[in-house]
Amino acid sequence: MIDVIDIVKSFEGIQVLNHVNATFADGKVNMIIGQSGSGKTVLLKSLLGIHTIDSGRIEYDGRNLPQMKENEVRMLHREVGVLFQGSALFDSMTVLENVLFPLQMFAHLPKDEMEERARFCLKRVQIAEHALTLMPSEISGGMQKRVAIARAIALNPKYLFCDEPNSGLDPQTSLVIDKLIQDITQEYNICTVVNTHDMNSIMEVGDHIIFLKGGQKEWEGSRQDIFHADNEALNSFVFASDLYKEIQKVHK
Amino acid sequence: MKIIQHLGEYWMLMAKVFRLPDRQRMFWRQYSRELEKQGLQSLPIVIVISLFIGAILTIQAKTNTENPFLPTYIVGLLTRETLLLEFSSTILCLILAGKVGSNIASEIGTMRITEQIDAMEIMGVNSANYLILPKILALMTMMPMLVIISTTIGLIGGWAVGAFTDIITVADYLVGIQYAFNPYFVWYGIIKSLFFAYVITSLSSYYGYTAKGGALEVGKASTNAVVNSNILILLLDLVLSRLLL
Repeated sequence: MIDVIDIVKSFEGIQVLNHVNATFADGKVNMIIGQSGSGKTVLLKSLLGIHTIDSGRIEYDGRNLPQMKENEVRMLHREVGVLFQGSALFDSMTVLENVLFPLQMFAHLPKDEMEERARFCLKRVQIAEHALTLMPSEISGGMQKRVAIARAIALNPKYLFCDEPNSGLDPQTSLVIDKLIQDITQEYNICTVVNTHDMNSIMEVGDHIIFLKGGQKEWEGSRQDIFHADNEALNSFVFASDLYKEIQKVHK
Repeated sequence: MKIIQHLGEYWMLMAKVFRLPDRQRMFWRQYSRELEKQGLQSLPIVIVISLFIGAILTIQAKTNTENPFLPTYIVGLLTRETLLLEFSSTILCLILAGKVGSNIASEIGTMRITEQIDAMEIMGVNSANYLILPKILALMTMMPMLVIISTTIGLIGGWAVGAFTDIITVADYLVGIQYAFNPYFVWYGIIKSLFFAYVITSLSSYYGYTAKGGALEVGKASTNAVVNSNILILLLDLVLSRLLL
């Protein structure tokens, strides 16, 4: 579980996160939603320790990230898996080598067991055997995301962070990625935090949603609550498309 | 003010680079890859340039020493000294700053802007150590060898002038390249090249590692790496020549 307690973050005097509080539970897909510029990426990067927050606490099962020493942060990061927006696969390595990389760095396993684990993770995300020797540039965007998920789960992480996992993907592939994130979260009881503004994703897999506006938490709830929320900012975000306006009418 | 900021960032990066690797096996794998990439793959350009420069130096030395009071072996002597003291250590490193330096800056810069370095850091890997240390040590290993190869090939280039033209006789040339040989000059070239290898790899890595933005910034980082490496190499050349000679 990750507890975000009253965090503030500014860049050159401009407050980007304004006293944000949230709790991200294990076994759930926790979503941070909001318009571009609302502070979701800054929040995600603050959770990961990429940005240093000005004040507040970020507690990973009671361990306060901002107070950790460099070495402790690195140890914590070994419990974290991240799916980056652009996949961030190492382009000098094959698909298999990408997934093997964290194992080779940190798992004290014999070589064949590492390879077995990497193949298992790739199989879990439905990557075919023949694709294992391909380079990231030789596979599709959807496959790259799946390989990135396989790499993120290779070390059995306790926490999984996904930064706009569906950006640049077609709706069908997006659905596959969303389901995969949901399945993995439930299967391994991971605390998953997804940063997105894709309404389909939110409605498909969002167990717990926090809505940010202007660096502040405007609303919090589940995907079922969204259609009945009386928050104006949330409504204008969610019902920006006609399709969701129609769905709202049906719900009401 | 900006120079102080760059210096601070550079030293902080180097403090991250010069640490014990997370995994020795991974380090040695990276190191051997870099030996091949930076050293062996630079060999063709070193051979071609050294051969031609050796030949050109011989022709120019002959043109400038056509005086009956000067001994005929002086052409070989001048070619050897120029190759040993300046070309094979300094000029070669300036050339390699263009080839190796831009390659390093663009490789690391691309990794930075495509979040590959962030991905490594989030995994708990010391990315600076993993990516940069093998590059620095590999070029520092290969550079003395490249300097020796360059000098040898340059001397062969000069010999070819004697063998295939009537500008100078091979016998005079061979006497010249052996005359009053000071082995310390070989060490002088090697010592300089070690400093230059460090400058090329560390500075190029710094510019790549701190690249921000998009592809345009990677190009800019690559240009900055080459330009600043060249300036620093020349500056160091001056200082080291004063100290070592």
